[in-house]
Amino acid sequence: MNFTLHVWRQENAQAQGRFETYKLSNISAECSFLEMLDILNNQLIDDNIAHPVCFDNDCREGICGMCGLYINGRPHGNDDGVTTCQLHMRKFNDGDEIWIEPWRAKPFPVIRDLVVDRTAFDKIIQSGGYISATTGGVPDANNILIPKHKSDMAMDAAACIGCGACVAACRNASAMLFVGAKVSHLALLPQGHPEAQDRVRKMVCKMDELGFGNCTNTFACEAECPKQIKRQNIARLNRQWIGSLFGRDRVK
Amino acid sequence: MNLDSKIPEGPLSEKWTKYKGSQKLVNPANKRKLNVIVVGTGLAGASAAASLGALGFKVDIFCIQDSPRRAHSIAAQGGINAAKNYQNDGDSVGRLFYDTIKGGDYRAREANVYRLAEVSNNIIDQCVAQGVPFARDYSGLLDNRSFGGAQVSRTFYARGQTGQQLLLGAYGALSREIARGTVRLHERHEMVELVIVDGRARGIITRDLVTGKIERWAAHAVVLATGGYGNVYYLSTNAMNSNGSAAWICHKKGAYFANPCYVQIHPTCIPVHGDYQSKLTLMSESLRNDGRIWVPKKKEDAEAIRRGELKPTDIAEADRDYYLERRYPAFGNLVPRDVASRAAKERCDAGFGVGTTGLAVYLDFAEAIQRLGRDVVEARYGNLFQMYQKITDENPYETPMMIYPAVHYTMGGLWVDYELQTTIPGLFAAGEANFSDHGANRLGASALMQGLADGYFVLPYTIQNYLSDQIYVGSISDQTPEFDEAERVALEKQQKLLNINGTKSVDYFHKALGHVMWEYVGMARNTESLNKALQLIAEVEAEFWKDVRVPGTIDSMNPELEKAYRLADYFELARLIATDALHREESCGGHFRTEHQTEDGETMRDDEHFMYVAAWEYQGHDAKETMHKEDLHYEYIKIQKRNYK
Repeated sequence: MNFTLHVWRQENAQAQGRFETYKLSNISAECSFLEMLDILNNQLIDDNIAHPVCFDNDCREGICGMCGLYINGRPHGNDDGVTTCQLHMRKFNDGDEIWIEPWRAKPFPVIRDLVVDRTAFDKIIQSGGYISATTGGVPDANNILIPKHKSDMAMDAAACIGCGACVAACRNASAMLFVGAKVSHLALLPQGHPEAQDRVRKMVCKMDELGFGNCTNTFACEAECPKQIKRQNIARLNRQWIGSLFGRDRVK
Repeated sequence: MNLDSKIPEGPLSEKWTKYKGSQKLVNPANKRKLNVIVVGTGLAGASAAASLGALGFKVDIFCIQDSPRRAHSIAAQGGINAAKNYQNDGDSVGRLFYDTIKGGDYRAREANVYRLAEVSNNIIDQCVAQGVPFARDYSGLLDNRSFGGAQVSRTFYARGQTGQQLLLGAYGALSREIARGTVRLHERHEMVELVIVDGRARGIITRDLVTGKIERWAAHAVVLATGGYGNVYYLSTNAMNSNGSAAWICHKKGAYFANPCYVQIHPTCIPVHGDYQSKLTLMSESLRNDGRIWVPKKKEDAEAIRRGELKPTDIAEADRDYYLERRYPAFGNLVPRDVASRAAKERCDAGFGVGTTGLAVYLDFAEAIQRLGRDVVEARYGNLFQMYQKITDENPYETPMMIYPAVHYTMGGLWVDYELQTTIPGLFAAGEANFSDHGANRLGASALMQGLADGYFVLPYTIQNYLSDQIYVGSISDQTPEFDEAERVALEKQQKLLNINGTKSVDYFHKALGHVMWEYVGMARNTESLNKALQLIAEVEAEFWKDVRVPGTIDSMNPELEKAYRLADYFELARLIATDALHREESCGGHFRTEHQTEDGETMRDDEHFMYVAAWEYQGHDAKETMHKEDLHYEYIKIQKRNYK
């Protein structure tokens, strides 16, 4: 298969970015999207014409959340429930033009080419996205029963890989799906209850502080999430938030 | 140097308790004055840093990814073992200990493995308390499944994403300590040198992967939790950036490297499809609970399948060879990984392989779907089936999966004693980076167990035994000649690579090395192939230093430079793997020497001559490494032939 690629090139965060066009030929349909970029980079090195394109990638099996490209206007490209590394060239047509961009969101500044800085997600988690269980001194794992459906729902939410596609897909660059998934995961489990009200307040405040927008209610995030995290998690986040405002169990 | 494993005296089941009761501790006020560096944020690194931070030590943690949550532990699928015996099927600490020693083909240290089995139960408790959503049954209790090499169900799991959920638990604990200020996080930072002052590990040099800036970090102790070196084979189930350089740097500075030839080849991976391929994807071992592995009985059927004239579903039941069930009736499809991998290779080499290349076997769920219903199979393995379909464009509910062995895990690693300390005082190694618990073959669902055991429950104790007298040292300065020198060495290596300015990319050389390793130091090795490998590795290495082209600059984001300095270390490591494999004149676990096998193709150990750990000491790039032996003593386990029939 042959392709014309338009790739976003930007030397560093301060530099002016631009699209550069490259031609690739004889690409196998079985090739993954990132392997196609490997081929492009090796071609750029062999021909010594330009610096290879920088893009984040690691596990290449859809779980680490490192990769994330905006491909022809869609985060992770034109397939449902996959990350960029799981996208294959058979999803394209021979001769296609492909536009490749980094995530575009204020809280995710570009570092180089297609690589962005997503440390804002870590900061949100650090603000309270955990259960404070210090190592040791915890009860036996079967001491607290958890209904299977609740545990399953918690797992559905916990499947988030933190790639940032939800933010990139959102016109408001909202992180509501990301935050909603973590708040839900922990609020659904009895172990997460003691800190639930503080957790949701801290995480939402941190999310606002870092410049993520509010929910558009268009659910582009849900449509583009590679792990198909559901919008219900946003509803649960809102409910937890309201509960933390009116149902505060610690009166000051 | 004499290898002292520092195994405590006393009966096996009391060693750890006794150790904890008599080790030295650091008082809370002094903990604040002690710095610890942790390199790597996988299960071992994140859990160690979180636990040490919670105790009050000042911790700096480093990772090469953009977030600690992305370390490759995240990709572990199937589960984590523990001796809870929740299923009432006869499990116990003793049995988990026995299975792990036997699974490792009697090449692991008894005391370490017993401790691992002992703390396994604490891990499950800890993870549940952190909110890890393990699978449960309808009563609300935790569920278990079986893994290879065990006759009980002791594996806890969170769908096919157990590693992800455990790592997110540890990442949560780590995030909490970062917020409390006890741990400082340095993401996109790669360790490029170890600093030794007066014989003790006192810090590291890092490269900021965004700016290229070289930085110094001083500490009272350094913990290495940087994973394994499987990517020396180029194609493996490891992540693209997983590498062996941090461990290799420490090896060059005096840490012995143990059993490098013990490499695990995982039987169930998606087969190779093209020369542009960048990695191999694992299909969880848990699939072997319900999937049945087979190839056609008749060669002509296999040939017709390869030509695309027959489909697997066309082959009648009587014409299928369920070769694992045939050869190993007691364990069937759940034999350990090394056994299953060799059996697949044997069938394919004999001409019964399927797929277009003939290097694949079937993993069939038709019988399970009939027995349990599609819904149950989907609930158990849904995400794995989806992953398979996305990659291969085939529907495993309708046609059998195709699988083939691939490099997955390295049992070898830095030599450590009972306290997880390497031969460099003050340098500790945890998780896959050390060699300690899996012998010559690791059982499924034991890597997660070991990583978290080391990080949550072993290191936080043993490191204090070392740190207790470090309170008299005061703070460590990074303005010393040793730091200057380490920084100079790191910069010089990077500049040298940039200066070559040859004609071929790093990937070209890495693929060439990987090919040599897979062909000659892979699933079946012998004197001839290993000597050939040593010669070819030297040739590829020499060409690399002459003709590699590393574009870009030293002071900017430069993934090609990262790949280049990691590959430079892989050449030396590859040579040591082949050397170790050549010296070990026996077959054990993942190390299969074709000269040493029984008539029916099983491994033949030589306990009389090789029941020891081979710990190698670096002697310079052009010199042969020196081997030191740590003899293995089995006081509690009766040595037997490893038999799964």
